Amino acid sequence: MDKCKPNTSHIAVGSDTASAVRARVGDKIFSRLTLFFSVLMVAILIALLVALGIDAWPAIQKFGLSFISSIEWDPVNEVFGALPAIYGTLLTSLIGLLIAVPISLGSAVFLSELAPDWMRRPCSFVIEMLAAIPSVIIGLWGLYVMVPFIRNPIETWLGSNLGFLPLFQGPPFGVGFLSAGIILAIMVIPIITAVSREVIAAVPLTQREAMLALGATRWEMITRSVLPYCRSGLVGGVILGLGRALGETMAVTMVIGNSYALSPSLFSPGATIASKVASEFNEASGDLYIGSLIELALVLFAITLLVNIIARLLVWRTVSVRGTGE
Amino acid sequence: MKAQSGYFRRQQFSRMMLVLCGVATAIVILVLILILGYTLVNGISYLSLDFITQQSKPVGEAGGGMRDDIYGTFILVGLASLIALPVGLMTGIFLAEFAGPKMASAIRFAADILAGVPSIIVGVFAYAILVRPMHTYSALSAGVALAIIMIPVVARTAEESLRLVPNSQREAALALGISRWRITLGVIVPGAVTGIVTGIMLAVARIAGETAPLIFTALGSAFGVQGLTQPIGALPLQIYRYALSPYSDWQQQAWAAAFLLVILVLGINIVVRLVSSRKKK
Amino acid sequence: MSKWSQNWFAGIAAILIAAVALAGCSSPSGSPAASTATPAKSINLNGAGATFPAPLYTKWFDEYNKLTGVKVNYQPIGSGGGISQITEGTVDFGATDGIMTEAEMTKAESKNGPIMHIPMTSGSVAVIYNLSGIGSGQLKLTGDVLADIYMKKITKWNNPEIASLNPDLKLPDAAIAVVFRSDGSGTTYIFTNYLSKVSQGFKASIGNAKAVKWPGDIGGQGNAGVAGQVQQIPNSIGYVELAYAEQNKLAWAQLKNAAGNFIEPSLEATTKAAEGVSLPDDMKVMLTDSSNPEAYPIAGFTWILVYANQRDKDKGEALAKMLWWAIHDGQHYTSALSYGSLASTAVTKAENAILSMKYEGQTLITR
Repeated sequence: MDKCKPNTSHIAVGSDTASAVRARVGDKIFSRLTLFFSVLMVAILIALLVALGIDAWPAIQKFGLSFISSIEWDPVNEVFGALPAIYGTLLTSLIGLLIAVPISLGSAVFLSELAPDWMRRPCSFVIEMLAAIPSVIIGLWGLYVMVPFIRNPIETWLGSNLGFLPLFQGPPFGVGFLSAGIILAIMVIPIITAVSREVIAAVPLTQREAMLALGATRWEMITRSVLPYCRSGLVGGVILGLGRALGETMAVTMVIGNSYALSPSLFSPGATIASKVASEFNEASGDLYIGSLIELALVLFAITLLVNIIARLLVWRTVSVRGTGE
Repeated sequence: MKAQSGYFRRQQFSRMMLVLCGVATAIVILVLILILGYTLVNGISYLSLDFITQQSKPVGEAGGGMRDDIYGTFILVGLASLIALPVGLMTGIFLAEFAGPKMASAIRFAADILAGVPSIIVGVFAYAILVRPMHTYSALSAGVALAIIMIPVVARTAEESLRLVPNSQREAALALGISRWRITLGVIVPGAVTGIVTGIMLAVARIAGETAPLIFTALGSAFGVQGLTQPIGALPLQIYRYALSPYSDWQQQAWAAAFLLVILVLGINIVVRLVSSRKKK
Repeated sequence: MSKWSQNWFAGIAAILIAAVALAGCSSPSGSPAASTATPAKSINLNGAGATFPAPLYTKWFDEYNKLTGVKVNYQPIGSGGGISQITEGTVDFGATDGIMTEAEMTKAESKNGPIMHIPMTSGSVAVIYNLSGIGSGQLKLTGDVLADIYMKKITKWNNPEIASLNPDLKLPDAAIAVVFRSDGSGTTYIFTNYLSKVSQGFKASIGNAKAVKWPGDIGGQGNAGVAGQVQQIPNSIGYVELAYAEQNKLAWAQLKNAAGNFIEPSLEATTKAAEGVSLPDDMKVMLTDSSNPEAYPIAGFTWILVYANQRDKDKGEALAKMLWWAIHDGQHYTSALSYGSLASTAVTKAENAILSMKYEGQTLITR
C-alpha cells in the first residue's frame, strides 16, 4: 500500500511517470480484489446450493415434483410434501411486509425529514435495538404477551364482525398466520427503517429545495422527488427485509401454531418452511427425512429467487443511475 | 380563489401524511418498549454486576452469571466480522464502482438470495464443511456461519450507500488525476460511511442474537472459551436453552441475558458511530 | 488515503484481531477446581444430545468437576443430534431419550464398533389440561381415550367416554383443543410409544416416533411452547415433561396404568415404572405401560450412548469413571430437579455395561 500522502495529490496528466504507472497498477489490483471478493460471495452461495442439493438428493429422487404439490408430512411413514409450508411462508411474509413497509417508510421519512435533530440519533438507536433482540425472545414475548391480545380482542372482534369472509373464520386460537405475520413485521421493520432512513438522508439538499421552490408541499416533495431519487435503495431495503422474513425461524415457530394446514383463514395455525426445518431438523434421522427437510430449504431458495425476480420487474429500473450529479 | 384553496388542501393533506409518519415512528418505539420492558421485568432479579462476572451455575444453585457466554458472543461477533467485513465491503464497492451492469445485476441478485437463506441452513452448511471433517464443534465454524449471514447485508447496504455519493465527487477527483482506488477508499467510502456503518451494525445486531446456526457449530461450552477449534458458548444459545427450560431461575436468567444482549449491541452501535462520525469532517 | 481513515480502519481491525487472538490463545476460564487430586493432564470430555436430562447433567458435571477436576461439557441439541454426533465422532458421548433404531445402530457400529445405551435417569410425560373449575389431578383418563383424543376421534370434552371416567366432574360441552409438540423430541417419542401400545388405531394411523403427523390442532415449540398454549387456550390438552409440569405447577391428569390403577405423574411412580418391566442386558427398553401397580404409565429412561471400545485410554477411563459416579452418587441429585432415580435393577445392568468398556481389549475400570 502506498505511503500516506497529503490530500491534494500531484497531478499526473498524460505522462507516464512512475507514480502514474503505480496508480494504474494500484487500480488494477484494487478492482481485481473487489471482483475477487464478490466472486467469493457468489461461490459461497453456489457451495451452499450444491451441499444442499447433495443432501436433498434422496428426497428429490423419491418424490420428484409431487413434493411441491403434496400436503402430507408424515415422518413415520416417510411421506413428505411441501405445499402447506410454501403457502405459510408466502402468506406470513406477505402479511409481514404489508404491515412493515408502510410503517418503516413512514418512520424513515419522519426520522430523516421531520424529526428535530436531537431526536434523530436516539430514535435511530432505539429502532436498531429492536434488531438486536434475539428472535427466541421476540418469539416468547409474542407467545405470552401478543398472542393472548390477538386472540382476544382482535381475532374475536374480526371473527364476529367480518366472519363471513373466509379470511376470518375458524376458532380464535391466537396463534396462527396472523400472529406470525405480525411477528415477522416486528422483525423486519428495523432493517427496512434503518436502510430507508440512510438512503433518504443521502438525497442531496438541492433535490428537496428545487421541489419546494416549485411550490410543492412537503409531502409532495418527499413523494415526488426524494423517494424516487433513492428508489433503488428503498427497494434494496425492502428486499433485505423480505429475505429476513422468508428465512426467520425461531420467532415464527413460537407463534404460528405449527399445524400442517392449508387454510385461507388468517386465524388458522400453519407452518412456514423455516419453522418446519427449525422444528424438526435437530431430531430428524434417516436420509429421506433429513433429505426432505433440506429439500424444503431448497424450495425456499427457489421461492426467494422467484420473489426477487418479481420484485425487480415491478420496480423497473431502466439504467442504473449512479447519484445524479448536481 | 380556487388555486388558493387547492393549495390549502394540498397542505392539509401533506400535514396529515406527515403526522401519520410520526405515528408510524411512535408505533415502532411503542413495540420496542413493550418487548424490552417485558424482557426487563422478567429478568430484573438477575441483572447485576454478578451476572456479567460470574460463571453459570447449575439449576438450584443461587447466583451465577453469563460471563463466559458474553465473552463467547464477543469473540464470535469479532470472528464473523473479520471474515464478513472485507468480503461484504469489497463486494459492495465492486457493485457500486467497478461492475458492469450485467455482472452487477447477477451479483446483487446472488446477495439478495443469500440474504434469504434461513439461518439454520447456514448452520447446517457450516457443520457439513467444518464441524464434520474436523470432528469437533468449534468457534471457527460458528464464526464462518455467522459471517455468511452478515455478508449480504453488509454488501447490499454498502452498495446502496456508495451509489448515493454524488457523481460530481468522483468526477472532481478524477479530474485531479487521483487514481481510482484512492478515490474509492479516500473519498467515496468516507462519503458513504454512515450508510455503510448502518449496514454493518444491522448485520452485527442480527448475528449477535442468532441461535440456530450456533446449535450446529458452536455447541456451547460449560467451561468457557477453550480455543478457536473447541466448542464455545454464546449468549443467544444460552438464552434459547434457558428460556425453554422448566426452571424459573433459568428462565429469569434468559430474560436478563436477552436484555443484556440488547444493551451490548447498543453499546457497540454507539461506540462505532461515535468513532466514525468524529473522524468524518 | 488520508490519515484519519487509515487510523479508523486500523483501529477497528486491531480490535477485531485482538478479540479473535484472545480466543485463539486457549485460555480456558474453567471453574475454580478445588480438587485435591488434580490430574497431570486435565481431561476434557464433550457430550451432546437429549434436552430432557440437560439440567440434571449440568448439575452432575459441575459437581463432578469440583470432585475430580475432569471437565465434562454437555450441551442439549436433541436426541437425534446426540445420535448423529456420536455416530460422526464429534463428541465423546451422546445422550438420547429414544432408543436408536436398527439403521442408526448399524451406521454407528460400522464406524466405531459396538455402541451401548446406559440408562442414567428416568422421567415421565404429564398430560396437562386447561379446564375451568377442574384442578390438578382431578381429571381421569385412560390410554385409549387419550389416543382417541389425539387422533381427533373424540372431539368434545363432554364425550361419554370421558364423562364415564369422571362422573363427578362437570365437563364442558366444548371442542377439545389438542396441543402437541411441533419439534421432534424424546418426549413425543415416549408419549407416542405409550399410545401405540394401548391403541392399535393410534399405532396404525400415527405411530411411534420423535416427530409424527398429528391430525391437529396446534403445535408448540418445546415444553415451554406446549405449556404456554395450554395455559392460554381454554379447553385445551397437551403433554409435557414431568419436570416442566412440576416446576411450573401445571394441572395434570391421572392416567390408568396397566394394573388398572389411576396414577398421577410423580417421581416415585416414575421409578416404579422400571420395576414393572423386565430389563434386558442392553437396556434398550421402553418403560411405558409398565405392569407395576404403582407405576405411572408414560415413563421412560434417558440413556447415555458410549462406544464399548474406546479410542483414547485416558478419556475412556475418565468417561467410565464419570458414568459410574453418575449411576451411583449422581442419583442423589435427581429428585431435587424432578428426575426419577434409577431403580436398583437398572443400576445393576448399567454397571455391567460400564464395566464392559474397554481400551485395546483391556477393561477400563473395575468395581
